Parts: sequence; C-alpha cells; structure tokens
Amino acid sequence: MHTEFLMGNAAIAMGAVAAGLNLISGYPGTPSTEVLETVAKRRPEDVYVEWSVNEKAALELAAGGAYSGARTMVTMKQVGLNVASDPLMSLAYVGVKGGMVIMVADDPGPISSQTEQDTRHFAAFSKLPCFDPTSVQEAYNMIQDAFAYSEKYGTPVLFRPTTRVCHGYASIFVKDPEEYLKNTPEGFIKDSSKWVIFPRLSYNNHIKIEERNEGLREEFSSYPGNSITGNSHSKKGIATHGISYTYVMDALDKHTDVKILKVATPFPFPERLAVEFLAGLDEVLCIEELDPIIERELTYICGKYGLHVKIRGKLSHDVKPAGENTCGCVAENLHLFLGTEIPKGVTRDEPPALPVRPPVLCAGCPHRASFFAVKEAMKVKKTAFCGDIGCYTLGNAMPLDMVDTCLCMGAGVNITQGIGKIEPDTTCFAFVGDSTFFAAAITGVVNAVYNQADMTLIVLDNSTTAMTGHQPHPGTGRTMMGEIVEKIDIEAVLHGIGVKTVETVDPLDLKSSVDCVKRVSAQKGVKAIIFRSPCAVLIKSAMPVKIDDSKCVQCKKCIRTLGCPGIVLENGKVKIENSLCTGCKLCTQVCPTGAITGGEGNE
Amino acid sequence: MNKNILLCGVGGQGIVLTSKLIATASMAKNIPVMSAETIGMAQKGGSVFSYLRMGENIYSPMFSQGTADLIIGFEPAEAVRMLPYLKSDGTVILNSHPIMPVTAALSGGSYNGEEMIDYLKANVKDICIFDADKACKKIGSPKVLNMLMLGAAVTRGCLPFTMEEIKTAVINTVNPKFFDLNSAALDEAQGLIK
Ligand code: SF4
Ligand code: SF4
Repeated sequence: MHTEFLMGNAAIAMGAVAAGLNLISGYPGTPSTEVLETVAKRRPEDVYVEWSVNEKAALELAAGGAYSGARTMVTMKQVGLNVASDPLMSLAYVGVKGGMVIMVADDPGPISSQTEQDTRHFAAFSKLPCFDPTSVQEAYNMIQDAFAYSEKYGTPVLFRPTTRVCHGYASIFVKDPEEYLKNTPEGFIKDSSKWVIFPRLSYNNHIKIEERNEGLREEFSSYPGNSITGNSHSKKGIATHGISYTYVMDALDKHTDVKILKVATPFPFPERLAVEFLAGLDEVLCIEELDPIIERELTYICGKYGLHVKIRGKLSHDVKPAGENTCGCVAENLHLFLGTEIPKGVTRDEPPALPVRPPVLCAGCPHRASFFAVKEAMKVKKTAFCGDIGCYTLGNAMPLDMVDTCLCMGAGVNITQGIGKIEPDTTCFAFVGDSTFFAAAITGVVNAVYNQADMTLIVLDNSTTAMTGHQPHPGTGRTMMGEIVEKIDIEAVLHGIGVKTVETVDPLDLKSSVDCVKRVSAQKGVKAIIFRSPCAVLIKSAMPVKIDDSKCVQCKKCIRTLGCPGIVLENGKVKIENSLCTGCKLCTQVCPTGAITGGEGNE
Repeated sequence: MNKNILLCGVGGQGIVLTSKLIATASMAKNIPVMSAETIGMAQKGGSVFSYLRMGENIYSPMFSQGTADLIIGFEPAEAVRMLPYLKSDGTVILNSHPIMPVTAALSGGSYNGEEMIDYLKANVKDICIFDADKACKKIGSPKVLNMLMLGAAVTRGCLPFTMEEIKTAVINTVNPKFFDLNSAALDEAQGLIK
C-alpha cells in the first residue's frame, strides 16, 4: 500500500488493474476517456487494451473476453451506452464467466455532453447491479468490489461515476503491484445452452435474474459503501449519493444532528438499510444529481412498509430538477430543510462586466478552412449543413455559422437525407469527422446510396479523435497496444459502398477547395469530399504570418469571415497574435489586398 | 490546518500543472490533498480553474463561495470572475497581464485590464499584484508563468511550503530538462515579491 495523487479515472483504471484486469476496451468520450488511457500507459504486460470503433463493438468485445473467463472492462460516456444498449440488454440475460465491469461516466450539467441522462435508469432497465462512487478513493476501492460481485453472480455490472469523481484528483491509498490479484482466464468453453440467446433461455434466466436481484437488495444492505451515519435519533434525514454526498458532508461539517443515508448501489436498492434509515424519521431530503432515483425508491419503500415519512427532493421541487449540483446549492438545500441560518456571504462591489470566453476552433484548425470553403462555394444556394459530434460542432459559431443541425454520433448523414427527401431543391451536406465516420456514419452512407439520396458527404479528416484528446482510430494506423497497422482508407470504404465521386482536397488550399465543392455538389446522387489536413494541435507550426501595414486597408474581412483566434484587434487595427498563429495561411487567401504574407518554414 | 486554494486563468497558462505541483509538495509533507479542474470543451481558449484543498476531514474536491484562503489569478478578469470564492480575509496573488478573449476581435468587445485590477484592489484587502508576463520575458520563456505565480504565492507565505520544498516538487513532477529554467523563475518571483 502506498499513496498516489490520482485523477478519479486513473484511480478506476488502477483499481481495475489491481483486480486482475485482463482486457479493456472502450470508445473515447468525456468524462470517461482517461480510464482506458491510464490502463494503456500503466498496464502490466499481459493486459489487452483497445479503442474500439464504437461503444457497441467495445462492449461486445469485452463480453467475448468475459465469456472466456477473463476479467474485462469496457468504458464509455453516458450517451455511448445508448449505442451499446443493444448488446447490454441481451448480455444481461446471458451473463458472463469472468468478471465484467461496464464503466459508464455520467455528466451532470451537462458539461460536455448532449444529454443529462442517468445511467442508474439503465441499471434498473437492464436489471444489472450498479455501483456509484462518491470519491476518488471510493472509486478505486469500489471498482474492485464491482469485479468481485460480477464474478460471484456471473453477471456484468455497471460502474457509474460522474464528471466530478472522474475528473477530481486526490491523494489516495493504492495497492503495490505485489498485492494485485492475478486472473488467468480458463478460456472459452462451448455450451450453446449458455451462450446462445433463445426465448427459452431468456425466460428461464429472467426468473433467475429477478431472484438474484431480490437477494441483492438484501445483500447490498450490508455492503459497506451503503451506510447510515449521523444522529440516529434525529427526526430529519438526508439521502444522497455520488459527489453530492461529499457536498452534504462538507456542508454539515460539525452539524451532525441529522441522519444520513449514502447509497452506493442504486440498483438493486439496499432495501433493508433504507427501512432502517427511515425508522423514526419525519422527513427526508434526497439530494441527487440527474434523476430522482433514490427519492422514488424511498417513496416506494414508505408505501410498501406503511411508513409515514415525508420524502422530499426533486419531485417535491425542493431540489432543482436539472443541472449539476454544487457545494453552494447543496448547502442552501440543507439549510432550508434543516431550518438553520444560511451563512452570510462576503459582500463586495458589483464587478465590472466580464469578458465571455466561448470555446472556438483553434487557430490554424483545418476545420475552419473546410467550413469556409463550403460556405464560399454555396454562397447563393439554398442549403442544409448537417453537422455531427466532435470539435467541428464549433463550426456553428459566428462568423462561420456552418452547422445547422447536430443530434448524436453519425446522425448528420441521415438527417440530411431526410431534409433532401422533403425539400428536393435544397443542396444537402453532411459533415462528419474521421473518427465519427468510422464509429457511426458508414451505415448512413450505405443507406444514402441504397435509397438514392441526393447529398454531399464532407469528411473532415484531421487524422485523429481531437475532441477527446487525440485518440487513434481505424484511419490512423496506430493501436492502443502501440502497433503500427494498415490504415483503413476512407476513400476505399466510400468507393466500396458505391459512392462514385470521392474527391480528396487540402482545405488549406482555399481555391482548390471551393472549386471542388462547386464541382462535386453539382452532381446528382451521393458524392463525397474528404478534406484532409492534420489537426493543428498535433503538427509543428509554421512561422506566423505577417500583415503589411502599408497594404492593409483595415477592411477587417479576415476577422469577419474566419474568426481565427490568431487575428486580433489592437487599438482598432488588425494584428497577428504570434503566440497563437500557426501559419496555416488561410487568411492570406482571404485578404483582398494581399496584405497578409508569410507562414513559411518552421517555428 | 486546512486550506482552500483556487487557481484561475485561461487555457494554456499552465494552471493544471501548478495545482499538481502544490499537490505533490503537499503529499511530501503527508498532508492529504484533493483537486478538481475544468477539462474538455471548456479548455479551448476558455476560462480554466482548479480547486485545490489540503488538510484532514475534507470530503469534496470542490468548495463553496466565500471559503477560499487563496486565489492565484493568472489573469485579471478571471480573478474577478472567481472572486466570490474568496474568504473575506483571503489573499489574491495576481498576474496583471490581461488576455483578451479570442472572440474580442470579432465582436469588437475587448475589455479593460486596468478596470479589473482596480476592482480587485478595492475589494481585496490582501492582494499582491505583479506583471508575471514581463517577468517571463526577462527570463526568456512564456512557459515559466506558472512558476512565477507559484513562487509569488510561496514568497508571500500563502502556502505551507518553503521554496526548497516547491523545488523538490518541481524535480519530481516536471521534466528535469527544464529544472534550471523553472528554478530561475521561482527565484525571480522571490526577488519580485520579497
Ligand atoms: S483582410 Fe487584409 S486588408 Fe482587410 S483588414 Fe485583414 S489584413 Fe487588412
Ligand atoms: S495564418 Fe491566419 S488563419 Fe492561419 S492561424 Fe495564422 S492568423 Fe489564423
């Protein structure tokens, strides 16, 4: 045992390694990404690590490993589980042999996600046990328990931290490598009565699952992660979970005159413990993030046992229905509930208006050039620009304003077809990044070709998964095991599907790009343009460009059209911010007087 | 003794590494430590902050408004943004050099750094302001900004560490290639603040 300062996700990774992990797969997504990356960095030699093409593939791969007796983990963010929900639901019936943990990170806020969905619902829906840690240390310990429960019951289990646990850091106690468990997989043993899902098997296993979960409601009542603390004679109780538990504990500080229920296993719910908690209470405040799951369970238990305890929380409008909890709002909830005085804040003068700093595409980002080329080419046309998930969603910001729709991974390519079917006079585009192309857009292109859509697919190929921190993918020719492998060629994939016109162009060559868009989009049917230029963050910058003051007429076209952070205004005059400009030369092709030059050579 | 510290500024200023260094120094003295910071979408030219807590009996890595003992402001407007977190008798260490938002050119909306500094002076009793960007230029690297901020906080006695302890943390955390440069920056801060 020693102490280490670890990020929550790193703690989950190291906890899994300590539990004898054999295989980990996943698809990148904030806030889950660092789990797999940490295993890749610090793995014992015989642990297999991969970024799979998407969450469904990752979950199925991990299931195959667990069928073979391996201890496996699959990682994703909450919306990723939507993609993997098909195998999840069926796997819940079939079960596993080796321990299998499905790590799904939820994102209250949402801080960097499309939805505020609560994976604890997925646990109840799929009938799988679920663990919900409150802190970095608890995440480290609990992931090991999750493996043990999984193997004991032959079922995959869900492990559901939220952003603040995933991305919080703490000095925690961790095991030394000699203390790690070692799991030697027995291998896959054929047994079609176990591994082949049929209605009969599902029926029989459904019965067993209900029995098991009833047992777990009892067993989890003694699980140390679920606890009752505080004053057992109090009339008021607080029920909470996850990071909110830590806000509650900090806010209560020395005021321990309440009873506190901490729920680490939202499903199956620790019923006996909850009954014990409710005994003698008049009312309970449930402090939860995302959905009121504990609140509903407690209300149900009150009904079932005829307890007269008032259950308050989100459903009673005592706690806000959406968004992330903070120390501040939890403290306020507690003071109102307990009737204690809200401490007066520090009073200061009204601050001056603060600058807003919205996220923008980086200086030199090739996506800016791609969007600008399409915008220039389509100036007078009626268009639909269907975007997708990635850095390039930021193409929606002014002045580019080039993302009309964004829904979920791979949706743009199909949405644009739907718009085209209803509005045939609209020139329809779908923009998709290279990683998203492989993860979720290929079947959409098959659909378009088969169903005779009229659309232009734009693949923004920057040869990485930039949004989540530059993970490799099938088109990069690198794997998480460090192998150099053959790249999967996007052109060849598109040709293979039957897209006849596929052109590849460097977006930083503005004229060629605009010409290409005009030429290709004028054709009938499904056609594709691949804008290929590496992510600006990954390549060595060229020298910054220069503005010749004698030529610049201060028309500000460079700023108005591109919105590159590398061009700034200083005392009303345009200026290149040398620390940001990457010398991509896009602005040199936009300036009407040729005032901007340079961008040659390396910095 | 427990301490709540808030580091704030904009992406690329080395805030996350600074908070890691404080954590390393803290662990070397067996003081439990936690932190939380902005990650992801918010990083692209956006505001960045890191909460850091040291001491026993702490549950959450985050803390409430009005409870920070120290704000290390890498940028004036960001320090103003986070000021509600400061205790009434808390300390602010501030880099006076403003960074315009990347969209300022587009909207014409640049802001006035002086106004932010005046506000901070009027509303914080214990404040230490210096131009860390100028000091960076003197040392010859924009990368040492975080060392200057850290050095200033240590010199002011806002952190329970000596300069030697911070240097040990630097040796253990940062690429040794940059140790001399970083060490020079810490010394420079000491000279500037006294
Ligand atoms: S587009 Fe050219 S002329 Fe116009 S402001 Fe920019 S640099 Fe000056
Ligand atoms: S060359 Fe122009 S467009 Fe490219 S990064 Fe520099 S300022 Fe921005």
